Amino acid sequence: MEILIPWLTTFIIQELTNLSQIENYQVDVNKIIICSSSMVVCALFALFCGIMGARYASVASCGFARNLREDMYLNMQSFSFANIDRYSTASLITRITTDVTNVQNAYQMCIRMLVRAPVMFIAAIIMTSVLEPRMTAIFVLASIILGVIIFICLFKVVPHFKMMFKKYDKLNSVVQEDLTAIRVVKSYVREDREIFKMQNATAEVYKYSVKAEKILTFMTPCVNLVMSATIVVILLIGSNMVTGNIGGAVKPENIQALIFYAMQILNGVIMVAMCLNFISLSKGSMDRICEVLSEKTTLPEPQNPVKEISDGTVEFENVSFSYSDKAEKSVLKNINLKIFSGETVGIIGATGSGKTSLVSLIPRLYDASEGEVKVGGRNVKEYDLETLRNKVAMVLQKNVLFTGTVAENLRWGDEHATEEEMRFAARQACAEEFIDALPNGYGYDLGQGGVNVSGGQKQRLCIARAMLKKPHVIIFDDSTSAVDTKTDSSIREALKKYAPQTTKIIIAQRIASVMEADRIIVLDEGGVSGIGSHEELLETNSIYRDVYLSQMKGDEE
Amino acid sequence: MMNNGNRIEKAKKAKSPVKTLLRLLKYTFSRYKVATVFVVIFVLIASAANVIAASRFAPIITELTENGLNADMRGVIIPNLIIVTAIYVAGDLSVFGYNRIMMYIAQGTLKKLRDEMFAKMQYLPLKYFDGRTHGDLMSLYTNDVDTMRQLLSQTIPQVISSALTLIFVFSFMVYYSFTLTVLILAVLAVMIVIIKNIGVKSAKNFLVQQQALGELNGYVEEMTEGQKVIKVFCHERKAEEGFRRLNDKLNECGKKANTYAFLLGPINNNLGYLQYVLVAVIGFVLAVSGSEIGLLSAYCATTEGASRIAIMAGMLVSFLSFSRQFNMPVQQVSQQFNAVVMALAGAERIFETVDTPPEDRGGDVTLTFGEYEKGKWAWKKQTCNGAEYIPLKGDIRFNDVVFGYTDEKVILKNITLYAKPGQKIAFVGSTGAGKTTITNLINRFYDIQSGQITYDGIDIKEIAKDDLRKSLGVVLQDTHLFTGTVMDNIRYGRLNASDEECVNAAKLANADSFITHLPEGYQTVITGDGANLSQGQRQLLAISRAMVSECPVLILDEATSSIDTRTEKLIEEGMDKLMEGRTVFVIAHRLSTVRNSKAIMVLEHGEIIERGDHEQLIAQKGKYYQLYTGAFELE
Repeated sequence: MEILIPWLTTFIIQELTNLSQIENYQVDVNKIIICSSSMVVCALFALFCGIMGARYASVASCGFARNLREDMYLNMQSFSFANIDRYSTASLITRITTDVTNVQNAYQMCIRMLVRAPVMFIAAIIMTSVLEPRMTAIFVLASIILGVIIFICLFKVVPHFKMMFKKYDKLNSVVQEDLTAIRVVKSYVREDREIFKMQNATAEVYKYSVKAEKILTFMTPCVNLVMSATIVVILLIGSNMVTGNIGGAVKPENIQALIFYAMQILNGVIMVAMCLNFISLSKGSMDRICEVLSEKTTLPEPQNPVKEISDGTVEFENVSFSYSDKAEKSVLKNINLKIFSGETVGIIGATGSGKTSLVSLIPRLYDASEGEVKVGGRNVKEYDLETLRNKVAMVLQKNVLFTGTVAENLRWGDEHATEEEMRFAARQACAEEFIDALPNGYGYDLGQGGVNVSGGQKQRLCIARAMLKKPHVIIFDDSTSAVDTKTDSSIREALKKYAPQTTKIIIAQRIASVMEADRIIVLDEGGVSGIGSHEELLETNSIYRDVYLSQMKGDEE
Repeated sequence: MMNNGNRIEKAKKAKSPVKTLLRLLKYTFSRYKVATVFVVIFVLIASAANVIAASRFAPIITELTENGLNADMRGVIIPNLIIVTAIYVAGDLSVFGYNRIMMYIAQGTLKKLRDEMFAKMQYLPLKYFDGRTHGDLMSLYTNDVDTMRQLLSQTIPQVISSALTLIFVFSFMVYYSFTLTVLILAVLAVMIVIIKNIGVKSAKNFLVQQQALGELNGYVEEMTEGQKVIKVFCHERKAEEGFRRLNDKLNECGKKANTYAFLLGPINNNLGYLQYVLVAVIGFVLAVSGSEIGLLSAYCATTEGASRIAIMAGMLVSFLSFSRQFNMPVQQVSQQFNAVVMALAGAERIFETVDTPPEDRGGDVTLTFGEYEKGKWAWKKQTCNGAEYIPLKGDIRFNDVVFGYTDEKVILKNITLYAKPGQKIAFVGSTGAGKTTITNLINRFYDIQSGQITYDGIDIKEIAKDDLRKSLGVVLQDTHLFTGTVMDNIRYGRLNASDEECVNAAKLANADSFITHLPEGYQTVITGDGANLSQGQRQLLAISRAMVSECPVLILDEATSSIDTRTEKLIEEGMDKLMEGRTVFVIAHRLSTVRNSKAIMVLEHGEIIERGDHEQLIAQKGKYYQLYTGAFELE
């Protein structure tokens, strides 16, 4: 349909040059009427096509962007923890919004230009050849010169733009860092230093933008110059042809048409070049999107997944683990453990001793590098992931609540939980009392990230949410740190009372939190330093004794 | 991100887009007065060249049409061609000229906008940051400033050149034919109405699209932040569902917005064709009928009959080319419509930030080192009879302090307390009781509603804020590290600290052992807020930083909360040394951390309910006793 537009234009021009051609003769009024009315019809038709074109172009480009975003997000959902660790939240957001928008714009340009431009180009070339074949040579020559100029410019510009984008990232990170640490900046009165950093960052952006745009400002007049030169040459040769100095079929009335075609041809070249420019600029974005799209989950699903977990026994057999293959130091070394169903086990150890890593292997958030992790007597790799994670609940160290009401958040644990069940779970987490005190009870809106409740309340909600799954194994990863000691102990009592069958694994800083566990595991630098009850460990394990004494100091006073 | 909606709301009811535009123009061009003059001159030349060059075609065509084989090459065609060439070259040079200048102006302005906004932002009160998300503020520097780039480097020169072209072409057209010009104006009026309608619709839809994008952004942010929780709860399908809903919504808005935007092109184009046909036909009729009111009468009157019609036809061709030139700028400007709307919304937000009043700089009491007594800190107070020095001791008192983050909700009620020089004061209480708030008041992150806080007997409002903060070393609950080496991060506490001093501080804080285990030791570069360090390690660095700062007063807000008790014990010695001779405010969950404080304040609901040292409080058998024994009741 788009072919019609340039064709129509040439048709109209043809008619108009006819007008001046027949001026010496009697005018055929009928012909004029036919011509003009057909032109009107054509223009209206073109308008209609244009509108439809606009509609479909926008449907296509928006749909394209939507599909891209959806595919990215779906793939993100299949990521394992190891995959997630590789990307920061900010970078994923940029990829799914800004990068997609960039690619969408490029795509939009391309579907509109890359179809239109070659068609116009070819149509104009054909029309020119019909009028005067030798003129075509001029056009082709001009197109080549133009193409070369544009490509040289773009070739030079692209690296500068790439640098500029890099500096942009830098600028972003300066701003982000400053915003997150604004309190530190202000406390140490380091505003000047931050401003200086920012000025460096903006200066870099300035430097590369100017470098890139300098070339671009040079390009526009060059392109114009080629176009004007073409016009002048057409006029010159055309006039000579008319006057017979050079043999040629050009008639005076054709000159305008020729100029018009010249413009169309050269515009076509420019458009294509611009498209290529857009594509090359959006290439960075495309690469970043593709990176997400082609990221494969590091946790392959088993062939015949087991959907039933018998009980809450957890075993570690010669387990070693490191977060990446390249890391020289493994986080966990040769762990051998057996935790019985229904047992309460405490884990204690210094910062970085591998506590969180150890428990992350149980719901298969990561795969062990060596050895086997078993739940209910089977290797975790044999289970269906969803089944495994539903039965092995974990309350994360860095836990998150989502926008919505208390009930909505609790139902994450079990979509179909009744009010009764929710109350029961809340009671286990000692959250019932404060939930009832909230303005709307279970209908209370928590705000983004649960900003409307205190840290301790948040942790209790997270525990309730996990308990709602009625798991075989529940893992608390330092998840009562913001809860006061008294509530902390009531939670443990409640768990003991209401969920005796569930294996409870508690990671804690406070010795008091794990003291009454059936067994306590002391981790040190990725290895088990001691296992036993509180009393046993006090006798045999020096690390445990140290920790204990550091917390109990002064108690005897 | 959640605020995105509000931002757009705000943008919609922008006080006055014209005012914003004028302010932006003034901001941009007042710094480049000479350059601006040149830009205008160049744009003038460029648009004139365009129009005049086109007008030179007419004589050539006329000559060729009229005389055919005998056309006067030397007399008419060649000279005209030379003129055309010269004009084109001049025009292109001018385009190059103004593009170049505008590029420098635009880039310079963008840099200045960013720098100024950032400098401004550094001195804004914390309240400003509390109410906004980081994403929101960051987009000021990227998205909003970027919209400005297009406005400055493309839209403004284009609008000027379009306006000038319009004027030139218009005068030529009137010169050629008044009647046809009126006809063109009539079509133009129709076009403008259509463009305006579509433009407004498209701009509106673009704003809606931005909003939908913001919502999607917020959703992805929240969900990705909690991605690990989603995985643990197998909630992927649900998350996808929510995403799909917002994504589809965005798609709908985008479709609408883009359709309107894409419509402008074909509508303009084809209305242009229609106009062309109309002018051609009417012009032809006028020419043939020999009506003199139509085409330039004075020019035609001299000739007769057929040749006159020939001249008229030539004129008509020129006129038609003008009519296309006349439409072009209108189209170009209409294409920029969205850019302008977006840029103004961006400018509005930027100016809003720049206009936010900064936090006040405090009084004129300054901090001096060694002026009063060698090697000692002292406050310098300007009085009428010269400077008065008050030695800095670290005596901090609260008298009846009342504070709330907003006027409606009081957080602290009538707090009265004192910390004598060298004392360790601890705050204990549940989350939300107001512990952190108290420390935020000492360094004037927030200002109190009523009451008074004094520092060595001086009201802290009289002390220059920078100097007040310099005298307070703070280790915050959330540790923040900066991109740079470990050494740089420690030195952040005192910029002129030597490497040795930094290492010593790290040793005291027990950070030395893990630092030396890092790949490059103290020269290891920390990126992304120290993401590769554990929370405990980061806190150790923050403590080292405070140790280097040598501030007379220290505030430790849960400074050791993520450090395991064993390590905490190891650094105790260092901490004791750090606190020696200093007034220290400690906030901690762990009672073992605060036990040896001189005074312990138990806070609840913004009030001090108990105070005293450890023994006294235990003897009181109040809340503190409960808390303390609660930890051990299971023994």
